[in-house]
Amino acid sequence: MSLIRKPLNRRSILRAGALGGSALAMPTIFTSRAWSAGYLNEPTGATVTLGFNVPQTGPYADEGADELRAYQLAVEHLNGEGDGGMLNTFSSKALKGNGILGKKVEYVTGDTQTKSDAARASAKSMIEKDGAIMITGGSSSGVAVAVQALCQEAGVIFMAGLTHSNDTTGKDKKANGFRHFFNSYMSGAALAPVLKNAYGDDRKAYHLTADYNWGYTTEQAVRESTESLGWETVETVKTPLAATDFSAYITPVLQSDADVLVLNHYGGNMVNSLTNAVQFGLRDKQVNGKNFEIIVPLYSRLMAKGAGENVKGIFGSTNWHWSLQDEGSKAFVQSFGQKYGFPPSQAAHTTYVQALLYADACERAGTFNPCGVVEALEGFEFDGLGNGKTLYRAEDHQCFKDVLVVKGKENPSSAFDLLEIVEVTPAAQVTYPPDHPQFAGGALGTCNPGA
Amino acid sequence: MDAILLQILNGLDKGSAYALIALGLTLIFGTLGVVNFAHGALFMIGAFCAVTLSRLLSLSFVTIDETQKDFLGNPLKVETPYVEAWFGPETGAAIIDWSVPLAILFSIPIMALVGLLMERGLIKYFYKRPHADQILVTFGLAIVLQEIIKYFFGANPIPTPAPDVFAGSLDFGAMLGMDPNIIIYPYWRIVYFLFAAVIIGAVFAFLQFTTFGMVVRAGMADRSTVGLLGINIDKRFTVMFALAAVVAGLAGVMYAPINSPNYHMGMDFLVLSFVVVVVGGMGSLPGAVLAGFLLGILESFASMAQVVALLPGINQIIIYLVAIVILLTRPRGLMGRKGVMES
Repeated sequence: MSLIRKPLNRRSILRAGALGGSALAMPTIFTSRAWSAGYLNEPTGATVTLGFNVPQTGPYADEGADELRAYQLAVEHLNGEGDGGMLNTFSSKALKGNGILGKKVEYVTGDTQTKSDAARASAKSMIEKDGAIMITGGSSSGVAVAVQALCQEAGVIFMAGLTHSNDTTGKDKKANGFRHFFNSYMSGAALAPVLKNAYGDDRKAYHLTADYNWGYTTEQAVRESTESLGWETVETVKTPLAATDFSAYITPVLQSDADVLVLNHYGGNMVNSLTNAVQFGLRDKQVNGKNFEIIVPLYSRLMAKGAGENVKGIFGSTNWHWSLQDEGSKAFVQSFGQKYGFPPSQAAHTTYVQALLYADACERAGTFNPCGVVEALEGFEFDGLGNGKTLYRAEDHQCFKDVLVVKGKENPSSAFDLLEIVEVTPAAQVTYPPDHPQFAGGALGTCNPGA
Repeated sequence: MDAILLQILNGLDKGSAYALIALGLTLIFGTLGVVNFAHGALFMIGAFCAVTLSRLLSLSFVTIDETQKDFLGNPLKVETPYVEAWFGPETGAAIIDWSVPLAILFSIPIMALVGLLMERGLIKYFYKRPHADQILVTFGLAIVLQEIIKYFFGANPIPTPAPDVFAGSLDFGAMLGMDPNIIIYPYWRIVYFLFAAVIIGAVFAFLQFTTFGMVVRAGMADRSTVGLLGINIDKRFTVMFALAAVVAGLAGVMYAPINSPNYHMGMDFLVLSFVVVVVGGMGSLPGAVLAGFLLGILESFASMAQVVALLPGINQIIIYLVAIVILLTRPRGLMGRKGVMES
């Protein structure tokens, strides 16, 4: 009797080879040690590892550095070091300063480079090699959507960093992903009434829009909001993301009938287009008997610094600003300022808050299991983290909170004092139904614990 | 008509930058036969010379103002620039205000030194290597240089304004009897164009009317014969490399107020400048200048809303399209020597 029940032949060898090959080719993410536990990367020792995926190189490296500072501060506070920051003002009292669920918080970092593929690779490495239980950070919607999808597939929680496109919690939303930052729709909804008060309801707007996903959703949001006020959109022009000199796009504005220019640009694009627009004297121009105005829907203090004096008097919106006087903001600014010597940016704020919210959800759920965390975060209402009362809506995992309308300050008193808060728009005014057309498509799906 | 005039004006300043960078690239290729992909980095370093001088002039001492508070509620630290303390507030402020034009003088020795170090320290070892090796090493050098700048200055753009006297725009339309505010052009861009014209004229005059320039031109035409005459042509070519670095650096210094300098700005210009060199004709100095302005203006036209509406995406490919056409129909470029780039 032969030990080989079926004789070896060419076909069986091929079949075995194919099976073996596909087993080897299968990403290790699906075959890692997590399979043996209840969920992916379940912490078994005295520590828990978080993955901070931020741009450490590339055009948003300064924003990434600020995010990393905030995460390091959050880790200190979670582990009971330092002054505790916003743990002292957070309405939930589940966190005790003894890590998360008694485990000391450790972290690994990845470099997104503000490129989707690089961001996915660094997130994957942190999940597979370092055993990160949660991934957070980033400074671009493209990156956020890509990493969110990866985390959903892998079975870890993704706490988004700075991402403003509607799609992150719209058509690309995922059950394992959560966004604290505001979005394009909210910017439009918050800005429109302020613009009406400042510039009236009879305006003609010309949009210059960065030619990628975030630009489109922001243009749509601002256009729809301002048109509902009675403004007319005379032209919308897409500008290449790689453009550095916008003069060729600015000069046609001079010859149009527009009396408002909306710059749907962020980062270096915003710095350059705004600088060019001011250089070409748009702000000194009179059209239709009105002063020509410029609007930058999404402001960031770090970007405002790059544009220098050109931001003076220009309206925009922001998620948070260090000059807010609520107890949470004051505690965070004090804590961050003492440690680093300057006030935090909105990117630092949102990432710090996301780290705390994740930790708190684990404590309340009593587990690191992503499905438990999702359940704890869905519909969670909280306060004391700098934006007033906030809701993590269950339907799309978007935070709903007050939005700030800001203006470039005329007489800044320091290098950080570039924006002044014009209005704190109440959350109710920027809230939309989950099935709003700007967020149509996609499905949240179900949570994936990765095991 | 007014739209066309505006786009021509727009193309002039961009064309000036292309022309200045391409001029340096052509000088290096024409003399040393090296394809220098680090040339864009020299443009970027020039811009950061302006940033550095602006920061040096703004160096301040700190006094504590007990009456005011900082963001943490501590007494405010008031910074007063040393130049304002030394020369009085008005003169000091004027010196800081004029930091970009002053950076022209500041950058010349720095750029010459950077050029010399680059050529003597690295590039001379690649003279006899294939062009592919030269491209790889200079491209690597460009990345190293930009990472060094990012390490010291960060990744965000740094505003470096022109002197206040050049703020605002000239109303060309009103000058030509058209409606006001239709064709306006910033003063600093006019200054940039004039500055580029002066630099280009000076380089041509230097090569045309000095003995040094004559020897260099002879060396470009026939290197070995000039060597046989007992002239150390290598030394002169090294000087030309430094001169090319200075030209690129000056282009960067004056460009700083147009777009806030960032570590990546060299790469943004480099590829386009290479296309300019190819279109103008490898090794042809007048060709580089002519193609620089031509492509700058063409790029501006291609960005017009009407043109983009007709041919979507044309603004992003126009320069490369022209390069393809030129390479197919006239491989030596507009003003290239017969035989160069031709089989």
